[in-house]
Amino acid sequence: MNKQAIDSKPASPKPWYDPRVRSVFFQVVAIALVFWGGWTLIDNTLSNMESRGISTGFGFLDETAGFGIIMSMVPYDATMSYGRTFWVGLTNTLLVSAMGIVAATIIGFIIGVARLSSNWLVAKLALVYIEVIRNIPLLLQIFFWYFAVLSSLPSPRQSVDVAGAVFLNNRGLYVPEPLTQDGFGLVWAAIAVAIAAVTGLRIWAKKRQLATGDIFPTFRVGLAILIIVPALGYLAAGSPLTWDMPELKGFNFGGGITIIPELAALWFALSLYTASFIAEIVRSGILSVSKGQTEAAKALGLPSGLTLRLVVIPQAMRVIIPPLTSQYLNLAKNSSLATAIGYPDLVAVFMGTTLNQTGQAVEVVAITMAVYLTISLSISLVMNIYNRAVAIKER
Amino acid sequence: MAESTMKPPKIAIDPVAWMRQNLFSSWYNSLLTVFVGYLVITSAGPLFTWLFFEATFLGDKPSDCSGTGACWLFISERLNFFIYGFFPQEHQWRVDFMFGLMALSFVPQFIERFPGRKWFGLFGLTGLPVVGYFMIPGGWFGLEVVESTKWGGLMLTLILAYIGIIASLPIGILLALGRRSEMPIIRGLCVVFIEVWRAVPLITVLFMASVMLPLFLPEGVNFEKLMRALIGITLWQSAYMAEVIRGGLQAIPRGQYEAADALGLGYWKKTGLIILPQALKMVIPGIVNTFISLFKDTTLVLIIGLFDILGTVQSTVTDPAWQNVAIEGYVFVAFCFWVFCFGISRYSQNLERKLDTGHKT
Repeated sequence: MNKQAIDSKPASPKPWYDPRVRSVFFQVVAIALVFWGGWTLIDNTLSNMESRGISTGFGFLDETAGFGIIMSMVPYDATMSYGRTFWVGLTNTLLVSAMGIVAATIIGFIIGVARLSSNWLVAKLALVYIEVIRNIPLLLQIFFWYFAVLSSLPSPRQSVDVAGAVFLNNRGLYVPEPLTQDGFGLVWAAIAVAIAAVTGLRIWAKKRQLATGDIFPTFRVGLAILIIVPALGYLAAGSPLTWDMPELKGFNFGGGITIIPELAALWFALSLYTASFIAEIVRSGILSVSKGQTEAAKALGLPSGLTLRLVVIPQAMRVIIPPLTSQYLNLAKNSSLATAIGYPDLVAVFMGTTLNQTGQAVEVVAITMAVYLTISLSISLVMNIYNRAVAIKER
Repeated sequence: MAESTMKPPKIAIDPVAWMRQNLFSSWYNSLLTVFVGYLVITSAGPLFTWLFFEATFLGDKPSDCSGTGACWLFISERLNFFIYGFFPQEHQWRVDFMFGLMALSFVPQFIERFPGRKWFGLFGLTGLPVVGYFMIPGGWFGLEVVESTKWGGLMLTLILAYIGIIASLPIGILLALGRRSEMPIIRGLCVVFIEVWRAVPLITVLFMASVMLPLFLPEGVNFEKLMRALIGITLWQSAYMAEVIRGGLQAIPRGQYEAADALGLGYWKKTGLIILPQALKMVIPGIVNTFISLFKDTTLVLIIGLFDILGTVQSTVTDPAWQNVAIEGYVFVAFCFWVFCFGISRYSQNLERKLDTGHKT
């Protein structure tokens, strides 16, 4: 056989065919483009702002705002700064998002389970709810609640009156506000003791069950402890709680807690809309648990309640959590629709009034976007941690 | 043993047995049925009375409305405004023509046996925007110019949703490819772009487009309000589109990439001829679903002062000539959206079942 010298190394490709050279080249071009684009934008923006006489920087946050806000969780009046309006808007956004997430989860789970009910009427009703609500724009639903339902409620003088304590009219819902007096610390202490006792009880009951197989009625005993201990503490401290009752003063109510109609409309619409999506997620999650699991639980003699709690729900949660997270994120983002009906959330107060008064669009928009980015990232972080906790544990 | 070829016995559909099984299977279920049934009957009665039986359909002025039922005159009298906005009456045929073309390209997609429906769909995605570009604003072929400030109603809603999807599709494809790229810097840029846009609400994007875009552009260059909204919607939507398409790209089995490599195809040939055709076909239902949510989200443009269908209705329900017609207006808009969204979502569910190739695990 003719021996030939074979070059073991293949000829290196021409540099413009070399994938590594190409990839470096493209990335350098991409960076150059981004920098050039960014620089052009900044340059344009600066020259535009100069020609329009708009100042730059975050100094405006310390200036006096000079406008009123109809609802604030942190103390606020018109003499405070623009920086304060940011906090007012942010807390209002967080409030309605949190309220919406809680309500949407509860309604969504109920509807989702009802959708799978063996009762034909209930299942069909849940289906109708889901198909109607999720195919109608959220903004329209907010308008419906605000302009069509809540504004047609009676005026303050003809309010709907529940037991002389809760009043409903077109200015909002008024409920008594609990005011803690001296000595309420004892009640807090009693609540803490009760929680600690129930936690201890659970650990003990589980140990006992593992050792002897006897099931201790943890839920009933725990509930009793949670009610009785704080109640005793409350009585021992001499009932340190008074109620600030809403009262008709002139043309409007004073005292108590007011839920303004803007908040109520936004809350209803957000919860009902998101619930229709959550219901479908819950349904698909429950359906994803294979029939063998329920049958195995039945074969072991578990009652249906325990089957649901110990077998079906833990497995369904794995399927439910990831899409549920994105629904929570959607709800938090959709709460910005508040601006359409004048609920003072971050977008309405900060990106609306503050931006209009100061004209500092770049700073305000950047801050607002950063806030939503933070909210989104934190919700997905929390849900990811929870997801890891319920995820399948493989050996 | 031979398998029995006998069919299972037919279950006689006996209404009493059916009710017993589905409505009154236990005392608990019976109670639930009675309670829920009572609620349905007591609320459906007044609802239908208001919607149809005592509603006013005929007449031409506000005082013709009975007052006890819905006043549908309000809708029929203002229908032109709700569909075309301020588009001049004598030019509305142009919009009608586009509506017709749109129906011609997309309705066949719902009919399975329609001959050449693929080509109609392709025209809808590529030719339709070109025709629309000439027809609606005018200024060509002797068509009179109609300013974009005069566009409104259902027509504007469709334009926003349609252009938003068409324009975000190519950007979304590029972003999705970039996110799966092996070049770390390109991937990083795409990830940041996608995640930032997905994290912020559409309203902030629209606000940004309407107040900040003019600042970004060099002096003398400016866009109309509608154009700015469209730019904002497109950028925002392309991030969502990218995620949908990425799902399709990830569902393509590895063997396809390797086979393309083995054939010696370069990146763009591999992507364009092997990967994308399969991936895009797989994500059609996902694209349709993002279209539905974008369609609903276009209502937000009324916040920056554009008159989409909700905007036109919202601006007329406060008209003092008509008393308390807010609910009628909202029901009308809700019905329009519901018909579109429900129809399209049913279509996408159908498609999902048909396109299920079993690739996804």
